[in-house]
Amino acid sequence: MTLHPMLAALRRHKAGVMLIALQIALTLAIVCNAIFIIGQRIERIHRPTGLNENDLFLVSQQWVGAPTGDDAASTAKLDSLLQADLATLRNLPDVQSVTPINSLPLANSTWSGGVSTQPDAKNEHAHVAYYFGGKDLLKTLGAQLVAGRDFTDAEVGNRAFRAANKPAIAIISQALADKLFPNHDALGKTIYFDGGTTPTAIVGIVERLQSPSVETWSNDFAWNTALIPVRLNTNYSRYAVRAKPGRLDAAMQAASAALYKANPMRVFFLDGKGVRAFDDIRAHTYRADRGMAILMAVICVILLAVTGAGIVGLTSFWVGQRHKQIGVRRALGARKRDILRYFQTENLLIAGGGAVAGIILAVGLNLWLMQRFEMDRIPIAYVLLGVAVVLALGQAAVFAPARRAANVPPVVATRSV
Amino acid sequence: MFGYYLDLALRSLKLNPVLTALMVLALGLGIGASITTLTVLKLLSGDPIPQKSARLFHPEIDPLPAQGYTPGLTKPPWGGLMTYTDAMTLLHARKSERQVVFALTGAKVKPQRADQKPFFSDGVMTTADFFAMFDAPFEYGSGWNEQDGESRARVVVIAGFLNDKLFDGKDSTGKTLRINDHDYRIIGVLKPWAPQPRFYALELGGRSYGNGDAVFLPLQSARADKMNPQNVNCWDTANVSQLETAPCVFVSMWVELRSASDAAAYKTFLSNYAQQQIALGRFHRPEVVLPDVMQFLRDEQVVPDDVRLQAWLAFGFLLICVVNTVGLLLAKCLRRSREIGVRRALGATRRAIFAQFMVESGMVGIAGGVLGLIFAELGLLAVRLQPAQYANLAHLDVSMFVVTFAIALVASLIAGLLPAWRACVVTPAPQLKSA
Repeated sequence: MTLHPMLAALRRHKAGVMLIALQIALTLAIVCNAIFIIGQRIERIHRPTGLNENDLFLVSQQWVGAPTGDDAASTAKLDSLLQADLATLRNLPDVQSVTPINSLPLANSTWSGGVSTQPDAKNEHAHVAYYFGGKDLLKTLGAQLVAGRDFTDAEVGNRAFRAANKPAIAIISQALADKLFPNHDALGKTIYFDGGTTPTAIVGIVERLQSPSVETWSNDFAWNTALIPVRLNTNYSRYAVRAKPGRLDAAMQAASAALYKANPMRVFFLDGKGVRAFDDIRAHTYRADRGMAILMAVICVILLAVTGAGIVGLTSFWVGQRHKQIGVRRALGARKRDILRYFQTENLLIAGGGAVAGIILAVGLNLWLMQRFEMDRIPIAYVLLGVAVVLALGQAAVFAPARRAANVPPVVATRSV
Repeated sequence: MFGYYLDLALRSLKLNPVLTALMVLALGLGIGASITTLTVLKLLSGDPIPQKSARLFHPEIDPLPAQGYTPGLTKPPWGGLMTYTDAMTLLHARKSERQVVFALTGAKVKPQRADQKPFFSDGVMTTADFFAMFDAPFEYGSGWNEQDGESRARVVVIAGFLNDKLFDGKDSTGKTLRINDHDYRIIGVLKPWAPQPRFYALELGGRSYGNGDAVFLPLQSARADKMNPQNVNCWDTANVSQLETAPCVFVSMWVELRSASDAAAYKTFLSNYAQQQIALGRFHRPEVVLPDVMQFLRDEQVVPDDVRLQAWLAFGFLLICVVNTVGLLLAKCLRRSREIGVRRALGATRRAIFAQFMVESGMVGIAGGVLGLIFAELGLLAVRLQPAQYANLAHLDVSMFVVTFAIALVASLIAGLLPAWRACVVTPAPQLKSA
């Protein structure tokens, strides 16, 4: 089949051809970028925190009538309340281990500071998010130790919430270790937190541990974290609890009831959300990203449907308009398949032209989005995927009208001229 | 003539019901998506206090050390939060009509009724002018005066919804409320008051939209009872148990000024203050900023990026729908060349043909608008089901209703231009011959 007669025919329908091509180009530009955004959001939602997220939940509560002062007596009183709660939780039949903790990855509440390899440093080497926890900290979180050792029970201390952060030892994340010691020899080295002069020895390194916030402001230290073996004493507390495998729901129900029973003078955080499964925290943290991905997907589908319907409509008209010519071609010996091919090829030409313009538009739109919003450069794979999608859409849309054309009987040629 | 065109258009649309439905549906979807995102965008970028937004200003100074300072480029950090010392000095200077200093705190409220458990609510620790300055209306009682603040009086103003919850909406002034383990005397109850966005709390660690705050306490009294601000930023090793004197910022300041010249004068005063502090060795950076409410909202980028992205996307979507409609209308009109030829031969002018086709596309537009309105309502319903802070505020208002139809009509008329023009240049003779 030669393309010449087809191009000659298209030239007679300039406006229609241009409109379909334009629509395909615009659709391609938007769909590519939308799929790219969806891809980015999905990747973000599913990145692992470094925790063993199954069977983990977080309890947040505040004691009513507890002292708020920072003197030794208040701290001792608060620590005894904390220890009592820990014992209550630890004794539950469905609980495997429990640790007090100031926050969890994705839980948003962040305590961060500077860390340096030099004492009294005016410029921090890296920013770091702290996790302050007690006995069984590492075990409860389920973070993977890749070097060094866990804290021993004797190394866990306690201090008033507002007292200075001066730990003797810490476990840090691999990301922070690599940042501070690019030669990968962080284990056993000394670091200094918050521009202080107290040396802290690195006793262990965990493979991966995300910081609590996923907001833009914390991007710089998203994976720089440090575990500190100290119970913080203030009038509220959080406990990370690991349930026995498969016993999460039972453990969560038992936890709040047991805590209330042991000491009713307390308030659970956030209207009953004081006991939250980690899955819940993850879903809550990424809900906006999830919503955006779903919205983009819906828009893509509707957009493709509209464009597809437009192609069906316009091609149907062309088929109707060329009814007689099709009959003549059939009478002159063209097979049904030839007619079908004709319309399919014609659509491929138009869609191909639209796709070329669409690639330019897609890249242009991406550049514009990069300027106005926080977006990365679109990988070429997404553009090619978009091209494949619109070409396939064109072929699918043209099939029904093209088959109708192929079914035009040759006898039409002989009717009233 | 118009009636005749309407009749013709209706007949023509009825002739191809599937195609007509397709055009209306596409246009309706595009318009629905655009109006939904526009409504959300308008809601989020609205003026929280329209009667006063040009007269309220947010003074910002920069207490950070010289390190990392680039003259002309560095702006006061953390959204213009201030140290307690600076804020109180500026407050007591009284260089504006009204001035107020405040911070947010999580207030633990213990109801007196035995059947209600203690709960947390949003608290504002503030100075006396807060209510007058932000036009917070009182249902019962009133606010406190400056003297109450200085003498650390344990008084509290509560929001209407808290009064409903605790006292069944009756006048509760004079009663006692236990907040963070201290007894506070209720002296005022507010009418519903919740500016959207909650501009005064943006940099204080609060949410930007949603319900108003529940309890309002004198700043000095609350701090004396060890209530902690929600957002504290320190630039040096700090003893955070003595926040008032620590190198930390945690309070926000707003001032009310009568005119632009007053604002200029206040900015000069701020500048002088910064210079004076530099001379004393406390400050190292002379930059001061004094944005009004709307400027402050822009600086803080209160509208989420995702929402703006969605709005742009919706308009791209509408553009594609319009292109789609142009294509379909064009195809339709080309098929009717013969009919046009007959009308032209019978004496219809080009203008008449043009008008006829424009009426037809206008009708598609109106139908698309009606459908778009339905889609917009559905879209906003979906937005209300989202867990966003602003979700329950998303409603279609009258202006958006009008905008919907304007967009629909304009979009369809633009879509109709090319086909109508093509129709009116049809030459009658060849069409008649081939018939």
